[in-house]
Amino acid sequence: MNFELTEEQLDIQNAVREFCEDHFTRELASECDKDEKFPWELHKKAAELGFIGVHLPEEYGGQGYGCMENVIVVEALCRADSTLGTAAILSDLGCELVLKFGTEEQKEKYLSKITEGEAISAVALTEPARGSAISERLDTVASKSSQGWTISGTKTLITNAPIADFFVTLCQTDVEVDPPYRGQSLFIVEKGISGFEVRELKDKMGIRAAPLGEISFDSYPLPNGSLLGVMNRGFYHTLEWFNESRVEIAAQALGIAQGALDRALRYAKEREVSGMPIYEFQAVSHKLAEMAIKIEGSRLLVYKAAWLIDQGRADPMLSSMAKARAGRVAVEAVDEAVQIHGGYGYLGEYDVERLYRDAKITEIYEGTREVQKNTIARFLARRA
Amino acid sequence: MNFDLTEEQVDIRDAVREFCEKEFTEEILDKYCETEEFPWELLIKAARLGFIGIHFPEEYGGQDYGYLENAIVAEEMTRANPELGISLTFADFGTELILKYGTEEQKEKYVPRVAKGEGLSASAFTEPSGGSDISKCLETVALKEGDEFVINGRKTFITNANISDFIITLCQTNPDSKPTYRGQSIIVVANDTPGIDVTKLTGKLGIKPSQTCEVSFSDVRVPEDNLLGELDRGFYHTLEFLNESRIEIAAQGLGIAQGSLDRALTYAKERTLFGRPLIELQAVAHKLADMAIKVEAARLLTYKAGWLADNGKTDPMVSSIAKTYAARAGVEVTDEAAQIFGGYYFLDDYEIEMFYRHAKIIEIYEGTKEVQLDNIARCLRR
Repeated sequence: MNFELTEEQLDIQNAVREFCEDHFTRELASECDKDEKFPWELHKKAAELGFIGVHLPEEYGGQGYGCMENVIVVEALCRADSTLGTAAILSDLGCELVLKFGTEEQKEKYLSKITEGEAISAVALTEPARGSAISERLDTVASKSSQGWTISGTKTLITNAPIADFFVTLCQTDVEVDPPYRGQSLFIVEKGISGFEVRELKDKMGIRAAPLGEISFDSYPLPNGSLLGVMNRGFYHTLEWFNESRVEIAAQALGIAQGALDRALRYAKEREVSGMPIYEFQAVSHKLAEMAIKIEGSRLLVYKAAWLIDQGRADPMLSSMAKARAGRVAVEAVDEAVQIHGGYGYLGEYDVERLYRDAKITEIYEGTREVQKNTIARFLARRA
Repeated sequence: MNFDLTEEQVDIRDAVREFCEKEFTEEILDKYCETEEFPWELLIKAARLGFIGIHFPEEYGGQDYGYLENAIVAEEMTRANPELGISLTFADFGTELILKYGTEEQKEKYVPRVAKGEGLSASAFTEPSGGSDISKCLETVALKEGDEFVINGRKTFITNANISDFIITLCQTNPDSKPTYRGQSIIVVANDTPGIDVTKLTGKLGIKPSQTCEVSFSDVRVPEDNLLGELDRGFYHTLEFLNESRIEIAAQGLGIAQGSLDRALTYAKERTLFGRPLIELQAVAHKLADMAIKVEAARLLTYKAGWLADNGKTDPMVSSIAKTYAARAGVEVTDEAAQIFGGYYFLDDYEIEMFYRHAKIIEIYEGTKEVQLDNIARCLRR
């Protein structure tokens, strides 16, 4: 075993920290949060420094690192600021699907733009009628046409929908097959005008710098060459991708939790009540200690899940554990951080109010906590 | 990073597992729980296989492995059977202090017998009035008279003290020092020294084969050479020892949690209710998932603490985090396991009753949960 980051990984971590210190301001975070605005400039700068898609190969503009390094970047960005960090890290959503299952042409066409910060990607799985249950027969159907494909249907709660240039979209390609998930396929769908409509979903509780939307396809034409991966294997491709994407979300949650602890710790040392720093109260110091325990445990789960992926041994159970645990820890950590800040924690001028709103989504998207537990239990049941 | 055990570590784990399957029989369990006697026959066998003091140097009868391997042994023994497993893992309790601070002579005199399973080690920190607070002015006082220490006082909750070769005793050597803990020293006291009176405490909730005692010292005279480490640095030596010994306690918590999960999982697959196996009820499945998450996190924390210690980077915060989290995991996982067993958990026909009885003590001994939290908070503050 070895529980240390390599020098190179520490360098990456420090570079991201430095970047955040220079470019993440409270004003920018508040503004993006208040106006539900994507931080375009920041995103561009992060891409220039190679922080978007560090885990993509160099030939597509990435840094050729693995999931572990991506996790380090994601953690550091979200630790510095939950709102800005989250928006930045979600900008390359689904790129791993293109990398894993795409043709050379697809990879060249889509990945470089993402790593350069020239384009934003999105993944469209969820439908209004079924939330996390994508194994059911989907309402979004793709049918063969003379020029390629035509898709119709609606995808909702899609991160980046209002700003994305393309969407990796899960469609039903065989509506007869039973079970229905054996008739699903992935497509790369570029945004368009006729037959393609995006409605921005406003008034989110948190991560308000990452735009969200609903996309409706109405006989929207796709050219040949839009199919991603193997026909009717889209569901399986998606599950495989979840192993990795869930670890990224877990890293996001880990960063938010650590950011909450950082802020609570700083506040507890500065704030005086009854003539002493509140840190001196055991009720406060024990809260901080509990937060540190939870965070250290979730960090090890996240790192282990990422490490296994890089070893070519992705473990769905461990990815789900990392996601479920890190999400829970984030929610608990921000809760205690607000508690330690007292009434001030309830005010927008302190970061923790925003962290409190930003944390919850990590227990919901990319498979709810309950879906993760179903996955974990399924793997447990298979064990001897 | 690397999250895999080495082949050697996997072999050790498998060997301990095999040993427990063969030797932790119901007869042995009943015999020693009933009499509350120490299972010497088991100890000898475990020691022959190198499981006692596996982290001691070879020259003193150990296997030259580290805290990580020792944690693996403690985890597996506790996972198999906390009653017997914990009793065995405590056989060498405190010997690390001798290895760390002892003279060559002290090491040769005391350590090999423990590693061979011929003698037991005992360490005495806790006092009746002190609990986890050992920084106070201790009531066990050792005063220099000529070339001897004369010890008077009382220690309680001392493991093995009635049957050990020696008692590693934290004493106040300078009752006037301020702060008080700067006047404490560690002295090795042979058990047969006149003036020592040991009372065995019985009626414990668990680890019944393990001996728990109160020790009183009345004009106990020991040669000054029995001082372990530096005079008046005993408190600091003890803290350093605890940073590492807590890893083994974390491993016990981990073993309890894993053992409960194993049994709950097996039961949930076999037991049918409402026409299907329990595990197919989502409320049960999710409990098991939560338990598995806790076990995995407890294991990673425990192994990390062990790995750091083995790489000369013992981290007091990580050791306390591992101990606190693993102990809590033991309590919570055992509680949920009992819930899954329903009424049967209450019967000692099912092992889960034994796990339930043993979980709590891990949050208490070797520094309570609250002491660990104090420790973590102090480290965080820096």
